[in-house]
Amino acid sequence: MFRVNSVSVRYEQKNVVSDFSFHVDKGEIVSVIGPNGSGKSTLLKAMARNIPYHMGSVEFDGTDLKSMNSKQVARKMCMLSQRNEAPSDMTVIDLVSYGRYPHKKWFEKLNSEDMEIVHWVLEKTHLSLYKDRKVSSLSGGESQRAWIAMALAQKPKVLLLDEPTTYLDISHQHEVLELVRELNRDMEMTIIMVLHDLNQASFYSDRIVVVQAGEKVMAGTPNEVMTRDMIRHVYRMDAEIQHIPSEQKPRIHLLSTVR
Amino acid sequence: MNSKSRSRTIVFTTFLFMIAAGIIAVGLGSVHISVPEILKTIFSTSTTDQYYTIIWDIRLPRVLLALIIGANIAISGALLQAVMGNPLADPGLTGVTSGAAVCVLLIMLAAPEYTQFIPIAAFAGGVLAATIVYSLAWRRNGISPITIILSGVAVNALCGGVIGYLSIIYSDRLPSAVQWLNGSLAAKGNNALFMVLPYAVVGWILSFFAIRKVNIIRLGDQVASNLGENVNRIRIVLSLLAVFLAAISVAAIGMIGFVGLIVPHMARLLVGSDYKYMMPMSMALGALVLLLADTGGRTLFAPLEIPAGILMAVVGGPYFLYLMRRRTF
Repeated sequence: MFRVNSVSVRYEQKNVVSDFSFHVDKGEIVSVIGPNGSGKSTLLKAMARNIPYHMGSVEFDGTDLKSMNSKQVARKMCMLSQRNEAPSDMTVIDLVSYGRYPHKKWFEKLNSEDMEIVHWVLEKTHLSLYKDRKVSSLSGGESQRAWIAMALAQKPKVLLLDEPTTYLDISHQHEVLELVRELNRDMEMTIIMVLHDLNQASFYSDRIVVVQAGEKVMAGTPNEVMTRDMIRHVYRMDAEIQHIPSEQKPRIHLLSTVR
Repeated sequence: MNSKSRSRTIVFTTFLFMIAAGIIAVGLGSVHISVPEILKTIFSTSTTDQYYTIIWDIRLPRVLLALIIGANIAISGALLQAVMGNPLADPGLTGVTSGAAVCVLLIMLAAPEYTQFIPIAAFAGGVLAATIVYSLAWRRNGISPITIILSGVAVNALCGGVIGYLSIIYSDRLPSAVQWLNGSLAAKGNNALFMVLPYAVVGWILSFFAIRKVNIIRLGDQVASNLGENVNRIRIVLSLLAVFLAAISVAAIGMIGFVGLIVPHMARLLVGSDYKYMMPMSMALGALVLLLADTGGRTLFAPLEIPAGILMAVVGGPYFLYLMRRRTF
């Protein structure tokens, strides 16, 4: 449903992403991994049309994104960056309500149907009890959930998450990723996310795309991608890969830096 | 929900206060007029009332002008603060006001036969100043509070220089412009009122239609664009609207500083940062503040009259320092 055809993104005369192609099927969770500065966030932003790409094309259900207006895009997908800040006195329910605006004309008010969606989304993200709290008073994990809830209120087909766990502690990281998996299973939401942690990428993804220096190194299932060679080549680390029969996903144990 | 009905009540009360203060201010002056007398004269059809001329030709236009201009500048400040994502943005500090003033002064002194073009010239000057400030202050990840103030300083200094130069080469015509330069509402009468009113009403209507867009860009550029908004276009349109409101005010009564800075800040403290309440609150409060400044200026030291702009600067400067110290930006 999502197809990236040899996209290049240029920044200050340099290619940050070059000739990048991959595709995502409906209902998949796909993670993009790679070292810092490899261009993975840039790629995600280009896919969400937040920054322009100067070559190639991005197709959604066979339609070129460039031929849609920004509201049409907003109804199909939503991207969240690693850190978002709401005005300090905004409540959770107000924040989530903004997700309905792409479906409204500029003078239209939210109706009861919109509020139903908002409440349903709050339920889904386990935030119903927090709806009148200020976003700024929530913990990191709760606030990330509130932003995901806003994105869900947009009713997108695809959710793009740029390092959704970076600023969270371990338990909140899992809380957010469990929510992502739940959304994927219960709502058939397609998820594309940038992750840093290899084990999280392995555990939560159907497929993984590996990026290095703006180019695709490989793509495939966690079992195909998570190899000692890949980790040595891309991250310059020695690692041991453990395949546990009861789990279908490999576990990665990083050992030492390659000299 | 509770805080929303509270905000609504505060906004409503402030509007009532504003109207009451307006009526009382009409009565203040060398000839004191009681409130019942004022109401009687305003609502009667006869033109032979004792106070008819004082009220209709002098006091009421001045009070209305103060209310309208105060509302304009406050809304302009509120819009600029949202657009620049920066609570220190205000038409005065960013140089919009002095940019407009240079163009107005140019017409007043160098081409007095073209006074009908003053509002357009003010708008052009404001847009020019705003463009310069934007291009100086813009960084890849937005506008920082420091660069906006620094570029404002630069633009203000430049405009100050031009104003100084104009006042030297046209020193013979200067006295007529001094009152205006200091932001005075004295002797304005119905002409200024009817010049500014239609523009102001248009500006207010557009501002109220813009409230949702303002709220959306406050979520940050990236979120706004993910919500399907064209962030740059919203920014440009809202900036033009803010400049427009500030410029017509400059055209009518000259430079009045700090209203655009202080009032949105007070409004935010009172009703929160949701522009659905913050915008009407700024409007009512701005009107009230400028009315107080003007009425205070003409009554406190009577028969001496202090221009409202000077009174605002005396009160506003310290408030600005207080804001800087509190680091609320």
